Amino acid sequence: MSGGADGANGAAGDDGRPTLAVWKFASCDGCQLSLLDCEEELLMLAGAVRIAHFTEMSRASTPGPYDVSLVEGSITTEADAERVREVRAMSRRLVTIGACATAGGIQALRNFAGEGEYAGMVYAHPEYIAALETSTPISAHVEVDFELQGCPIDRHQLLEVLTATLAGRRPVIPGHSVCWQCKGRGTVCVLVAKGTACLGPVTRSGCGALCPAVGRGCFGCFGPAETANTASLAAQLRHQGMAPLELSRFFSTFNAAAPAFRDEAVAEGAPVRVALGATRRNRPWGAQ
Amino acid sequence: MGGTVSHGSGSPRTIGVEGLARVEGEGSLRVVIADGTVTDVALDIFEPPRYFEALLVGRHFTEAPDITARICGICPVAYQMSACAAMEDAFGVTVDERVAALRRLLYCGEWIQSHALHVYLLHAPDFLGYDDAVELAEHDRGAIERGLQLKRTGNLIMETVGGRAVHPINVRVGGFYAAPPPSAIANLADPLRRARDAALATVEWVAGFDFPDLVGDYRFVALRDSGRYPIEQGRPASSDGLDVSPGELADLIVEEHVARSTALHARLGGRDPYLTGPLARYALNSAALGRLAGEAATRAGLGEVCSNPFRSIVVRAVELVFACNEALSLVEAYAPPDPPASDVIARPGTGTGATEAPRGLLLQSYEIDGEGIIRHARIVPPTSQNQLTIEADLRRVAQGSLDLSDDELGWRCEQCVRNHDPCISCAAHFLDITVVRA
Ligand code: SF4
Ligand code: SF4
Ligand code: SF4
Repeated sequence: MSGGADGANGAAGDDGRPTLAVWKFASCDGCQLSLLDCEEELLMLAGAVRIAHFTEMSRASTPGPYDVSLVEGSITTEADAERVREVRAMSRRLVTIGACATAGGIQALRNFAGEGEYAGMVYAHPEYIAALETSTPISAHVEVDFELQGCPIDRHQLLEVLTATLAGRRPVIPGHSVCWQCKGRGTVCVLVAKGTACLGPVTRSGCGALCPAVGRGCFGCFGPAETANTASLAAQLRHQGMAPLELSRFFSTFNAAAPAFRDEAVAEGAPVRVALGATRRNRPWGAQ
Repeated sequence: MGGTVSHGSGSPRTIGVEGLARVEGEGSLRVVIADGTVTDVALDIFEPPRYFEALLVGRHFTEAPDITARICGICPVAYQMSACAAMEDAFGVTVDERVAALRRLLYCGEWIQSHALHVYLLHAPDFLGYDDAVELAEHDRGAIERGLQLKRTGNLIMETVGGRAVHPINVRVGGFYAAPPPSAIANLADPLRRARDAALATVEWVAGFDFPDLVGDYRFVALRDSGRYPIEQGRPASSDGLDVSPGELADLIVEEHVARSTALHARLGGRDPYLTGPLARYALNSAALGRLAGEAATRAGLGEVCSNPFRSIVVRAVELVFACNEALSLVEAYAPPDPPASDVIARPGTGTGATEAPRGLLLQSYEIDGEGIIRHARIVPPTSQNQLTIEADLRRVAQGSLDLSDDELGWRCEQCVRNHDPCISCAAHFLDITVVRA
């Protein structure tokens, strides 16, 4: 297989339909499931594109190149680091879906080796396991054409990404914060009205501002908004009485390794394993 | 990362399926046949571990439902419910019966979406000789549309009660963040009535498939819930007389870490392998299915116990009828819990929660300190409990199908694995981790 976008030219299937491949790395399958949850759209989609590789869905697999690859999951083993390079080489467009693929996922908490908590971890037979000490996003390993955030991704956004990518245009996914959607649906602000900690101001929109609608603060599952002033939000939360440790936990969940959240968590005292803080293969966030 | 194939004399025939399809997660299987005898079978799980039990340590107990949900996108509610049950056990909290009813409704939604996904998109294509549901849809669009309708109804319940179909946001230890308004719950009734019809049609459809003859000699383990079909609570029981509390079950389960797998193999009290999941639930609770699902089971030719793993698809379909009907009753009886959650006050202690995930018994145990911080976490998902039994099935099926071509035998073996709907994403994350503190 010749590599790169050029090598993947003319990937369309025998019948002229563009080909779609879905790949899984370290993840929970929830983002792929959002694709299956497109239900009716999926049957239509199956008519418009040829699903050439989607292990969770089919035994059949056609060799690449592929027009579009959707990639779920983070890189946690050498073998997977190699496999994602192969996927890149076979794909004209590579789109990462979800917090695992775009930021390393909840499993990237291992990157913050709290001495005493992670460093002393032993396994029954660690020699059986070939896992890296970090969980890194796909963009730390290969060039990514588009990153769709969310844990899980929103299926309407996924459909926009697929439609746009197949049409050759850049997907239109707003970069503003959850607050924008929250105010749009007329929810009373839990941060202002009840003093409930909310990451809405720094979290990317897309979910529809679900949590404040049930009286709960946003916990950041969509990852950082395009411009996220985490320091000012942290100051406000501190002012409302949140302890540093609590604050650092608040920023360290499903997008713990996304730079905007990671830096704030570290500023609040989250431990970083210095040797691994900047992984060898890390490229700047959002590198295309 | 498969191990080495060991075999006897002669030149062995090896059936290998890499990248097992239509299962959740990354696995492969291998069967070695030498001199007409199956000498080695292995279901390998090579999904990289995500170390949930380690990363939970140091987190606040209130975070466990949302964090453990991310173990599996197909059954997040099962993780949330077992986590809540474990914390409530640790703190001596009993939830209001309206909260319990709403949890059961949410969980029914997950059963419906997960079973519909498995029956229609993952399992049925095997019986009809198709590679996938898309190919099946080309031949029988009505069937797939019925499956998607069921799945959508399950998702709708999860969205209405939980706020979102994948990783619901409305669940907390003690109950819910907000009780859905009665009007929203009432809107579920019509879709559920249609789903119930679709589920009855599903039973009829799958009962007509051709099933290979195979009877497993299973030791079934499932919850029992005082005369109700078990979902969100109950006491662990087995077909050979076990009747214990979730905490006692946790003590009995011994997991071992084998070289070729990132999952753990579970044994009960160091004894034989056992099976959890629909076949086990059914065997221990078929009398509690109620009239509609019970009669559907009888019409489909199921007895009180079903030990043919290929017919698990029929049992899943019967559970679909049960879950739709149960959800409808819960919808009709809905009264919003007020408050939507019990007060939960952390105190040092340990707790265990066990619930019935669509794929079987899911157990979580935690040790919590006085600040509400998790000091130790243990999660035992259904697939690691079933893995040894799946391998025993593989051996039996392969031995009985030696006359098939390699391709056919490989497919038959794949099907044999899919009978148990293994969730490899779940199974992979449970390495025996000991945290050593200085
Ligand atoms: S981003 Fe979240 S939902 Fe998506 S695969 Fe990762 S854990 Fe699952
Ligand atoms: S509740 Fe949260 S998301 Fe909504 S407006 Fe307030 S801060 Fe923003
Ligand atoms: S945590 Fe934030 S981004 Fe995630 S669903 Fe809740 S409101 Fe949306």
